[in-house]
Amino acid sequence: MSALDVASPASAATGRAERAALRPDLALIAEMVAPGARVLDIGCSDGALLEFLAQERGVTARGMELSQRNVNACVTRGLSVIQGDADTDLVEYPAGAFDYAILSLTLQATRDPRQVLEQMVRIGRHAIVSFPNFGHWRVRLHLLFHGCMPVTEALPERWYETPNIHLCTVKDFIGLCRDCGIEIEEALVLNDRQHRAALNTPHLANLFGQKAIFRLKKD
Amino acid sequence: MVMDRPRIAANDARQVEVERGLTMEFGRDTPLLLDCGVALGPFTLAYQTYGELNADRSNAILVCHALTGDQYIAGTHPVTGKPGWWSLMVGPGLPLDTERFFVICINVLGGCMGSTGPKSVNPASGEVWALDFPVITVADMVRAQKLLIDQLGIEKLFCVTGGSMGGMQVLEWAAKYPDKVFAAVPIATAARHTAQNIAFHEVGRQAIMADLDWCGGRYLSEGKNPDRGLAVARMTAHITYLSEPALHRKFGRRLQDRHSLTFGFEADFQVESYLRHQGASFVQRFDANSYLYITRAMDYFDLAQEHGGKLANAFRDTPVRFCVVSFTSDWLFPTSENRDIVHALNACAADVSFVEIASDAGHDAFLLHEPEFSETLAGFIAGCAEHRGLNGR
Repeated sequence: MSALDVASPASAATGRAERAALRPDLALIAEMVAPGARVLDIGCSDGALLEFLAQERGVTARGMELSQRNVNACVTRGLSVIQGDADTDLVEYPAGAFDYAILSLTLQATRDPRQVLEQMVRIGRHAIVSFPNFGHWRVRLHLLFHGCMPVTEALPERWYETPNIHLCTVKDFIGLCRDCGIEIEEALVLNDRQHRAALNTPHLANLFGQKAIFRLKKD
Repeated sequence: MVMDRPRIAANDARQVEVERGLTMEFGRDTPLLLDCGVALGPFTLAYQTYGELNADRSNAILVCHALTGDQYIAGTHPVTGKPGWWSLMVGPGLPLDTERFFVICINVLGGCMGSTGPKSVNPASGEVWALDFPVITVADMVRAQKLLIDQLGIEKLFCVTGGSMGGMQVLEWAAKYPDKVFAAVPIATAARHTAQNIAFHEVGRQAIMADLDWCGGRYLSEGKNPDRGLAVARMTAHITYLSEPALHRKFGRRLQDRHSLTFGFEADFQVESYLRHQGASFVQRFDANSYLYITRAMDYFDLAQEHGGKLANAFRDTPVRFCVVSFTSDWLFPTSENRDIVHALNACAADVSFVEIASDAGHDAFLLHEPEFSETLAGFIAGCAEHRGLNGR
């Protein structure tokens, strides 16, 4: 389940040509993954990232996905995916089972993000996490001027229908990593034109980043 | 190994047709040591193959049949005249594509469709084995299958698949011979038979043994057959293969060839008539003692227990690619049992896919037309074939 995934279910059936159009945040995640690595994509949705990594980076790709419909579509495409819940099922994996545990745009929809993050850095030598930044200036202005829960391009659902129960800002996330003793190896943000933004301070990243991507590890 | 016709009870005319199938004999020089401690030999395995083995013998798929299945998975069954039990899945252009793959199915040890079982003749005594036949296990079935696969010169099976008891054999294959299996697809199965499932089997066995024509197991020597007991066993079991919604959809409370209740014990309801028919047709093709032995093998199956009580131990460092499949309405081998297998495989970071197919058909769904199931299986097999370098013929 990627709560903010805008890819249509029909994309599961399309083939090689579509891979050029890997979603911008997924393309940035893919850049962080070393070729030939063992990867677990948690909340792999229709398997677009997994397929890209398997075909273009030669990784050993596995996925976990909440929606059974998406799982079946992934397996039909020849991907190794199981139906599972990030909140409950990561504990089963042994420590260091993967080189990378990836969670794209899903952390904010988990019941216990801290526990999920801790499990990710346990089962993966590295964890890669992306999330919509609630500190983005549009979100801040929306709340300031409208006085109601922000509905933006990155957060399209209204408060009563959104699966996003644990939204956070870049600053919040950095704080959680610090509290958990997790090392931030790399951090990137996408601006609202979905371009990689060169924002060197956390303050600017928190203001202008629409989505944030972190590569993490814990020794 | 000697290619030979199966030795079957001379008084069992129903099985003559089976002799047209393929058989191999084993254990004449080195008997097979069974879990129960008995060394069995010689014994025969009857099998069928579909498609052609490729030059490097890398395209073989072993299909393991369920409790009352047999080696006739595609084409016309020689005894019933009906299509093979997986003819929706095995054939040209189907998920187990016989234009690409060499598909093998072996009648299990203890079976009654040509492989040695309780109705075969004990070479030591010249009599039908009956209850003198040793109790066999799922592991014994797989050990025997391995001998046949070796004889076919197949170093490594591309895939082992099967549903229900077939799925148990798949798990046993993957656990015991991980280097001989590239991909494994256990379907609607479990790593152990549950108390509820043992209970249903016991009802079936008691029904057979309560039939006076069972004759303490020696009905073949007595020229009898416990048809009524075996039919009741089948009727009970058949209910467990369906689901309440499927029964309701098929039959509801509709009456059979009548407009009102008869206030008697005829088959007033369609569902009764259906079950009676299932029972009556089953006894035409299945041996009662085989039913006892094979249900026992399933009851004894507990893969975790064979590996120090922890299922994950059965699959440690496994190179096998798994795809576990369950069906939403299957209450005999429910999703939870299949998920336990997935959990164990995750615990050893095995390469596993897991799909649950939405169906109201119950346990039998794996035998029926379920498009999503076919597509998933075809996709998984195609993906594995790509990894194995099996492209095209």
